[in-house]
Amino acid sequence: MNSEKTYFFDKPANVKRLMNVFYACCAILVVLDFVINRYTYHSWENLWAFYPMYGFVGCVVLVVIAKWMRTFLMRDEDYYDREEQRRLDESVSNSMTGEEDHHVGH
Amino acid sequence: MWATELPPFVPFFIAAVLALLTRGNVRNAIMLIAPVLGGLHLLTVPEGAHLQLAFLGYELVPYRVDKLSLIFGFAFHIAAFIAILYALHVRDTVQQLAGLLYAGSALGAVFAGDLLTLFVFWELLALTSVFLVWARRTTRSYYAGLRYLIIQVLSGVVLLVGILFHASATGSLDFAQIGTGSVAGWLILFAFGVKCAFPFLHNWLTDAYPEATPTGTVFLSAFTTKVAVYCLARAYPGTELLVYVGATMACFPIFFAVIENDLRRVLAYSLINQVGFMVVGIGIGTALSINGAVSHAFNDIIFKGLLFMSMGAVLHMTGRINGSDLGGLYKTMPRTTIFCIIGAASISAFPLFSGFVSKSMVMSAAIEEGYDWIWLMLLFASAGVFHHAGIKIPYFAFFAHDSGIRVSDPPLNMQLAMFIAAVLCVTIGVYPSVLYGLLPYDTGYSPYDATHVLAQTQLLFFSALAFVWLNLRGMYPPELRSTNLDVEWVYRRLCPTLLRGVFARMGSIGALNSAFVDRIALLSPVLARQLGPQGFLASTHPVGSMVKWVTILLAVYLILSFV
Repeated sequence: MNSEKTYFFDKPANVKRLMNVFYACCAILVVLDFVINRYTYHSWENLWAFYPMYGFVGCVVLVVIAKWMRTFLMRDEDYYDREEQRRLDESVSNSMTGEEDHHVGH
Repeated sequence: MWATELPPFVPFFIAAVLALLTRGNVRNAIMLIAPVLGGLHLLTVPEGAHLQLAFLGYELVPYRVDKLSLIFGFAFHIAAFIAILYALHVRDTVQQLAGLLYAGSALGAVFAGDLLTLFVFWELLALTSVFLVWARRTTRSYYAGLRYLIIQVLSGVVLLVGILFHASATGSLDFAQIGTGSVAGWLILFAFGVKCAFPFLHNWLTDAYPEATPTGTVFLSAFTTKVAVYCLARAYPGTELLVYVGATMACFPIFFAVIENDLRRVLAYSLINQVGFMVVGIGIGTALSINGAVSHAFNDIIFKGLLFMSMGAVLHMTGRINGSDLGGLYKTMPRTTIFCIIGAASISAFPLFSGFVSKSMVMSAAIEEGYDWIWLMLLFASAGVFHHAGIKIPYFAFFAHDSGIRVSDPPLNMQLAMFIAAVLCVTIGVYPSVLYGLLPYDTGYSPYDATHVLAQTQLLFFSALAFVWLNLRGMYPPELRSTNLDVEWVYRRLCPTLLRGVFARMGSIGALNSAFVDRIALLSPVLARQLGPQGFLASTHPVGSMVKWVTILLAVYLILSFV
C-alpha cells in the first residue's frame, strides 16, 4: 500500500483539525443564543440552550432505543431469503420436470 | 406549443412508444426531450378544466389544471428529466419504457379532475413501476416486486370501491375535498394511505425500493408517494387524524433507519419520515401548512432523488450497498461524495439548502395552531433525520473505516444528473422565492430570520455532536449484516407459516383417509374368499333346504300367534 496516495483523512492531524473546528462551531452557536435576541413562539424555547440540548439528548435517546430494538428485531441477513429461494427452487424444478402434484389413489 | 387539451401524460406515453421503435442515441434523445417539452408546455397552460367528456351519465375531467396540480406537475417533469438522464447509460428496454410510462402515469394522476381517471392512473402507477423492481432480475427483487404489486393493486381496488360508494352517495365523480364523513371517505383515505406509506402499511416501500435497480429506485422515490401526498392535499386537507398519523410517520422510521445496514433501505425509511412531515402539514390544513407540505414534497422529490442517485452510483460502481461493506469511498469518488453531502444537507434542512425553506413552514404551522407535542415530535424527527440520512449515509459510505474499495466516480450522465439535482437543492435553498411563487397560497412567509436559522443550526450541530460523542464512546451501533423485523414479518413470515400449518393439518387428514383405504384394501382378500366362486355365499344349495327353512319360519309364526 506504500505506492498509494495519502488522502486527506488518512492523516490523524486533519481529522483532529476538522473536529476542533466543529467543536468551536458548537460552542459559538451556544454563545449566540445569548447574543441574538430571538422571538419565541413557545415557553419551552426560553429554556437555556433548548435547541442544542434537545438535539443532543434527542439523538442519544434515539440511538440508545434503536440499539435496544436490535435485541429483539435483529435476525440473520438471509432470514426471509432462505424460504423464498426454497419456494423458487421448488416451482422451478416442478415446471422443469413437468411434474404435477396429482392426488391419485393406489 | 401544442393544443392545450393534450394532457401532460401523453408526451411520455408517445415517447415510450417511439423509444420502443428506436435504438441508441435516437432513443436517448427521445427520452430526454419528452420531459423537457412537456415541462415547457406546462408553463404555458392556463388553469382550468381542459378536457371533459361524459361517461355513463357521469362527467369525466381527465385533464384539469390548478395551482396544486401544477406544482406537482413541474416537480414530476424535473424528476423525470433527472431520472432519465441518470439512467441514460442503461441498455435495458424494459427499464426505459417502464420509467417513461411510470412518470407519465404520475402526471396523469395529478392532473386528473375526476376520481375514475385518478383510479386508472393509480393502477397504472403500480403496473408500470413494478418492472423497475423486477428489472434487477434477482430472486429477492422478484418476490419484493410481487409483494409490491399485490399491495399497490389492493390499494387500487379499495380506492375503486370507495369511489363507487362516493359516486352513488353524491352523484358526482369530481375529485375535490372528500373528508372522513362517510364510509366512502374512509375507504378512499385508506387507499391513499397505502400509497402514502402510513404506519403499518409502509413496508411495501422499504421492501421494494432497495431491491429495485440502481436507476429504478430514483424513479420510484419521486412519484408514487408524492402522488399520494397530492391526493391527500386535495381530498383531506385539515383532517386532524392526519396530524397524528404524520407525526408517527416522521418519528418511527428513524429508529429503523439507525440500525439498518442496507443504505438504500435507510433512505427508504427516511422517505417515510419526510412524507410524515407532509402529512402533518396536510392534516393541520392552514394555508401555511398546506404550502409547507406541498413545497416539502417538491423539495423532497429532488433531494431524496439526489440521495438515491448517490447511493445508486455507489451500488453501480462497487456492486455493494451495505454500510458494513463500504467506507473510504471519498478517496476515489470525490464528486459523488460532494453530491451526497449536498443531498444530506438538504434533507436535514440546513439553512441555505432546500429542505430548510419548506420544512420550517410545517413546523411553524404546527406551533401556530397549538400542536405543541406534535411540534416536539417533529423537532425530534428533524434531529433524527439529520442523524441517519444526514450523517450516517455519507459517513458509512464515503468515510468511516476504509473498505479498500477503489472505484472511480460513475459515468458522466449519472454525475450530470446528480449535479443538476444538487444545483436545484442549493438554488431553492438560497432563493426560496423561486419555489414560493409556485405554491397554491400566498402567505408571505419568510424562512430566513435569525430565530429560525439559529434554532435549526443549533439543533443540527448538537445532533452531530451526539453522533461524534456516541462514536467516540463506542456506543454507536455498528453496521451489522442483518435483517430487522418490521410489520412485513406478519405477511412474509407469520401468515405463510400459519398457512403451511393449516395445509399440513389437511395433509394429515388426507393421511388418515388413506390409512382407512389401506384397511379396506386389507379386507379385500377376506371378502374375496366370501364372495368368490369358492366362497360361502356363492355355493349352491339343494331345493330341500329351502323347503326346510320355510317350514321352520312358518312354525315360528304359528308359535308366536299362540303366545
